[in-house]
Amino acid sequence: MTNTKDTLSPGAIGRRKAAPLPEQPPQLWKTVKPKKAYDAIIVGGGGHGLSTAYYLAKNHGLTNLAVVEKGWLAGGNIARNTTIIRSNYLWDESAAIYEHSLKLWETLEEDLGYEMFFSQRGVLTLAHSVSDVRSKRRNFYANALNAVDSEWLTPAEVKKLVPIINISEDVRYPVHGATYQPRGGIAKHDWVAWGYAKAASDLGVDIIQGTEVTGFDIRNGKVYGVKTTQGDIAAGKVGMVGAGHSALLANLAGFSIPIQSRPLQALVSPLLEQVLNTVVMSGAVHVYVSQAHKGELVMGAGTDAFNSYAQRGGFHVIEHQLAAALELFPIFSRAQVLRTWGGIVDIAPDASPIIGRTPVENLFINCGWGTGGFKATPGSGWVMAYTMANGTPHELNRPFALDRFVTGHLIDEHGAAGVAH
Amino acid sequence: MLYIPCPHCGLRNENEFHYGAEAGVAYPDPNELSDSEWAEYLHIRANPKGWLAERWVHFAGCGKWFNLWRNTVTHEIGPAYLPFTKQPKAPQEGSEK
Ligand SMILES: Cc1cc2nc3c(=O)[nH]c(=O)nc-3n(C[C@H](O)[C@H](O)[C@H](O)COP(=O)(O)OP(=O)(O)OC[C@H]3O[C@@H](n4cnc5c(N)ncnc54)[C@H](O)[C@@H]3O)c2cc1C
Ligand SMILES: [Zn+2]
Repeated sequence: MTNTKDTLSPGAIGRRKAAPLPEQPPQLWKTVKPKKAYDAIIVGGGGHGLSTAYYLAKNHGLTNLAVVEKGWLAGGNIARNTTIIRSNYLWDESAAIYEHSLKLWETLEEDLGYEMFFSQRGVLTLAHSVSDVRSKRRNFYANALNAVDSEWLTPAEVKKLVPIINISEDVRYPVHGATYQPRGGIAKHDWVAWGYAKAASDLGVDIIQGTEVTGFDIRNGKVYGVKTTQGDIAAGKVGMVGAGHSALLANLAGFSIPIQSRPLQALVSPLLEQVLNTVVMSGAVHVYVSQAHKGELVMGAGTDAFNSYAQRGGFHVIEHQLAAALELFPIFSRAQVLRTWGGIVDIAPDASPIIGRTPVENLFINCGWGTGGFKATPGSGWVMAYTMANGTPHELNRPFALDRFVTGHLIDEHGAAGVAH
Repeated sequence: MLYIPCPHCGLRNENEFHYGAEAGVAYPDPNELSDSEWAEYLHIRANPKGWLAERWVHFAGCGKWFNLWRNTVTHEIGPAYLPFTKQPKAPQEGSEK
């Protein structure tokens, strides 16, 4: 597999042509009918469910295993996100799990034998005010202490990296500086799902699409299987990896989790010549933008204010984010919006994931990744597989257990970063 | 953009309001609760697929809080009602809460 690390220099911008995509193998995963029983079942065929299945098979030798997906594979947030990958989170617990994930990304294409256009083109996070500068610099120092690569850039250095950015002082949100993580980047999201699905299927994992889990077989506080629209399936262990639908799954299993489901939107422009060779984020103005392999500008917007399962958001949210994007990048004023869409994200009170055991024995949960779980796809599956295989959490996900809401040991990335993706 | 019926001001654009999640969660006596009951009060709010009775505040209008039935799948708006008054039934027969 090729290392697609971007070597574009700003001078080359506008001249680079997108390379054609490689050929797909004739079959990525086997189509199977569900068996009567498995050692383990993963509910949810998104990125995290598929990576959990892959690492259960690869790291723990558990191959009598099925992923049960109600829709189609990669129909959820795994293929609706803006694919920003980084690990420069504030708190030690977050930096540890996201950095583990980023290290896995760095060898993932070789590991899975499948190209994913993982491109370490760097991630810039802009600061727009005195307090924003203070909190971003705090974040930058925290990253240094955790050995996460991070740099502090002045507005002039930002401009050198991103020539099309507007750094003038007389705008509503002037650029006062930025943190930069050179190892951050993007990947091609649906290919990530397909790569994990292919690798898991090659190891013997059954991937079952179009099958909704409608209940759990729970007796005396222990799970024995799942009820589905294709009949009951027995399982020694069950992992719920349902992203935006996790609260509903928990309710089916008889308990409640502190998750609210909200729409999060994104949009793309038509294919353009390359004008942007890094990822630019701004939490303060809700701009997240990168330019994908083929040339479309990919932009993320904010969440809608209210709970929803409608897989779409309000247009005023898109307008708000585009207004801010145009001020930062005046050149975008001539681009068109080709398509907008939404996904339903699972938000915990502290904007951190919930990974671990549940009140039901042998039933495990992995959710709460909210607006920023794509980057965690490898790391999340890795620790979830460990937790399911051993019945106890890996040291990286122990702080993210459900009981933190009782002990009060929250990992408050909302307040800390104010950054969505 | 939703059109939300403020009980005081009438129909207004969604961006005049802030959201307040599940309605009708009473403030408990913290001294009477175990840690996990307190955690439940603090952090757990209804998140159904279907009708939800929820709180909104009309910050750009009258500034008052009120409750509203809204469907989280279709985004249909049901009746609005004032806090501490009797909750009207969810708009649909047999709907989930
Ligand atoms: C617009 C948008 C932009 C984003 N941008 C970024 C970004 O730039 N960087 C980043 O790191 N993250 C980003 N995210 C977040 C990221 O996409 C999610 O955190 C992550 O994809 C969630 O994990 P997943 O892939 O497993 O979810 P999903 O792909 O949603 O998988 C969950 C699956 O569970 C299935 N399921 C649910 N209930 C059942 C049931 N009862 N039975 C069977 N199956 C069921 C669903 O159908 C779904 O396929 C973004 C999200 C959105 C929506
Ligand atoms: Zn009003």
